[in-house]
Formats: sequence, structure tokens, C-alpha cells
Amino acid sequence: MSGLRITIDPVACEAYGYCSEILPEAISLDEWGYPMIDDRPLPAELVALAKRAVRDCPRRAITLRKTRIG
Amino acid sequence: MTQSANPAPPRADVHHLLGHPSDLRGHVETHGPLNVALSRDSSWRESLASSLEASGLTGRGGGGFPAAAKVALARSAGSGGTVIVNAMEGEPASDKDKLLLTRAPHLVLDGAQYLAALCRADRIVVCVPTGRDAIAAAVTNAIGERVAHGYARASEEVVRPPDRFIAGEESALTNWLESGRSLPVFRADKGTPLRLGRRPVLLHNTETLAHVALIARHGPGPFRSRGMTEEPGTCLVTISGSVAHPGVVEVDRGTPLSSIAARANPVEPVQGLLVGGYGGTWVGPDHFETPYASLSLRTIGAAAGVGVIVALGQTCCGVAESARVARYLADQGAGQCGPCAYGLPAIADDLALLARGQANGNILAQLQRRLRAVNGRGACRHPDGAVSMVQSALVVFAADIAAHSRGEPCPYSRRPTVLAFPRPIGL
Repeated sequence: MSGLRITIDPVACEAYGYCSEILPEAISLDEWGYPMIDDRPLPAELVALAKRAVRDCPRRAITLRKTRIG
Repeated sequence: MTQSANPAPPRADVHHLLGHPSDLRGHVETHGPLNVALSRDSSWRESLASSLEASGLTGRGGGGFPAAAKVALARSAGSGGTVIVNAMEGEPASDKDKLLLTRAPHLVLDGAQYLAALCRADRIVVCVPTGRDAIAAAVTNAIGERVAHGYARASEEVVRPPDRFIAGEESALTNWLESGRSLPVFRADKGTPLRLGRRPVLLHNTETLAHVALIARHGPGPFRSRGMTEEPGTCLVTISGSVAHPGVVEVDRGTPLSSIAARANPVEPVQGLLVGGYGGTWVGPDHFETPYASLSLRTIGAAAGVGVIVALGQTCCGVAESARVARYLADQGAGQCGPCAYGLPAIADDLALLARGQANGNILAQLQRRLRAVNGRGACRHPDGAVSMVQSALVVFAADIAAHSRGEPCPYSRRPTVLAFPRPIGL
């Protein structure tokens, strides 16, 4: 596990959907096109893709945060 | 709605909120002057902070967060801040803030003064929605009395945010004060203190502050002598629906739901209680004896919420009523977050089809999928409240839901609503 989790700012998000194309393993889209995040901790091998999803979001709505312990 | 009978005059050793004098003279005769200490007296502040913590008071605005913890967070953010009195009461079935501010405004304002002194804040802002002029007039009048007598230390003023369900959400209220935009703000970490500009903000519900005023004056003892050991004190509950005497009652925390509802005299056998507000939870007869306390309510998937109980009689349609509530909540969203802006109207549509008996076999499954999809995905908890209400309706009114989805709506689904809405809500 990477110890990171993906957070979406739902106010900023406008359903471009790039994140789910880049990282379908952790991000799916609901019926209206808005991202749904997998609750499980982000596996280490997906971190590079997650960082790309953060970078490529036109709305800057995605952040990667350290999972809080305890 | 009216205040229930509460003939006993206030006594310092008995904690209750209702029945206090409304003018400053009576207020001071009952309680003595506002005894806040000078700002340099740190031992006074520590003593008040310990009293609050020892009291076990929790927020009465819906979140149920310990008041002492919220105060500690604000204190850690520095001095010179603002205490916000949240009297927005956007919940259509709630009347307690109105009652408190029109009957005992000095109790509420004193609570804000004690917390202002504790946090070294210099400003108190009472938020009363536009249009609710009687409440604003009562508070303005009370503030006038206090100014004339040089009674209070921190400045007190009334401000008038828009009258919308969402406007009282704490980040929306702070945002409105700061920018004039009455919209919730996404905070990735809800544990960070609220601010106005760079100044800290302490925001509390009207009722919470009235409790603070009594705890600060009389210590935690009288408060703790009411309610339950693990959840002490009293609370105000607005009862409405299929009852002869709707209104606000003050009950000990932990009073069974059925006893609270009985205070308003139900007009017929009750099939469900909507507990905690329109974004609350339907509770069925199996759980009517549940104590009105957070821990007990949590075990049945409910929450105390904003102090609301709506009784639904047996000649009402729980599906139709829930569909109206769902529509109302969908209409009242801020429209900022996709899952809420698209999800709640879709959920309301599904439930309306069920209520009219026009749902085909797939609608119920679609509704349940949508409820799971929308939950927890807004900047604020508005969508979560709507989801909780609908999910509990599917359980409590399961037999009706089944009949409705077979295309056989109950005979009561065309009845006019017994739930109160600020404007008509169609099905």
C-alpha cells in the first residue's frame, strides 16, 4: 500500500472524466459522469497513474493525501 | 406551533431552557449579571472550559459534536474572532430556535458572550434568515436593551442571510459572511477551525448557546442532573405531523421516542416517526421505545439530528410523504456538487413514481443503486441526509413500497401532506 488516498473536491469537479480514464482501477464514474473513488487504500503500483490523474484534471479537483493513521 | 405548558419559574439549581423571562430585567433578576471575567483572567477561562467539558454538552444543531471540543478548536486558532449564533433553522419541521430567540433571547446571547470571553472573541453575530422578521426584531430589541444598560462586552449584531435550507450549514454561513455567497465550501479536513478572513470563528446553534449560558452560571451540576449519565442534559424537540398539539417540548436526553411523541397527542395510531429532521431517519413501531440519545439512536441507524420528531399516522402514505421530502431536499441543494445536483432529483423522481404506483419492476433497484452512489459525495452532508431519509423509508414502509411497486398505491397516497413544507410540493 502507498499510504495515500485520492480525494475529489466535489465543488470543483465538473465531470470531465479524465481521472477515470487514467485510473479505472481506483476511479469509476457514476451514471452522471462524476467520479466515485474506491475506498480501499491506493496500491503502490498505482501511485504514478494517480499523480497523472491529479495533474491532468482540468478542474484541479483531485488531490492525493496521506492516509490518516488511527 | 406553540410552546408547551411549562409553568415552573426558572430555578438556578434546575436546568431547563423554556420558561425564562424575555426581558433583560427579568433575566438579570433570575440569573444575576453576566459574570464574564476580564480578558487577562486566564484562570476564569480555564474554569469555564472545564465546566463545559464536564457538562458533556453536545451541539444541538444536528452534528452532535461536543461543545467543549469545538470551543477548544476555536481557542487554538487565536483571539479577536467572531462567535456566530446559528439561528438559520432551515429545517421546515423545526421551531426551537424561533421559540428560544423570541422567548429568551438573553439566554442565547449570554451563552455567546461566555464563549466570546472564553475564546477572546470580540464580536457576536446572530444569523436570522431574511423574511423571519419577528425573530430578528426580538433579538434586535434584546440587543438594544443590553446596549442601553452597558450589559455585554463583545459587540452583538443581527445579520440576515438568505432563507434557504442549506444556508445554515456552517461552511455556507461562514462563506456568506465572508463573501456574500451562501454556499457550502469543500474542506478536505473538517477538523480545521473555521475562519472569517484570518480571524477564527466559533459557530454554535441557538439552543447550544442557551445551555452554555446556564452551565457557565451554575456549573455543570444542574445540566448533568438531567438526561443520561453518558448523554446528559435536556434538549428541545419540535413535534409535528399527525398530532393534535404540535409544538416544541423540552425533554431529558434519553426520553423514549414514544413518550416525546405522546406529548403532542397523536390523533391516530402512528406508523412511523421521522426523527432528526427531513434529512433524518424514519423509525418504525418496533423502535418507538428507543431513547432519544445519540448512542441509542445510532444502534437503529438514526441520529438525534436537529431536534425534530414528525409523527406519521396510519391513515397517511409514508411513500408519498417521503417522496415529497425527497423532492424538497433535492430542490434545496446548493447545486454545486454533481452527485447531489443530479442524484437527489433522480432519487426524488424514482420515489415519486413509486408513490404514484407507476414504477415498473426496475425502479426500486435503480433507486437503491442511486442511494448507494450518492451517499457521502457532497461537499456538505446535505445529500447524506436525503439518502438516509429515503433508505429508512424503504425499510419502515416496506410493505407499502412493495404494494406501490406492484402498481397498487395505498388509498392514502392522494391525501394532502401532513408534513409541513414552506411551499407546496407536488408528487
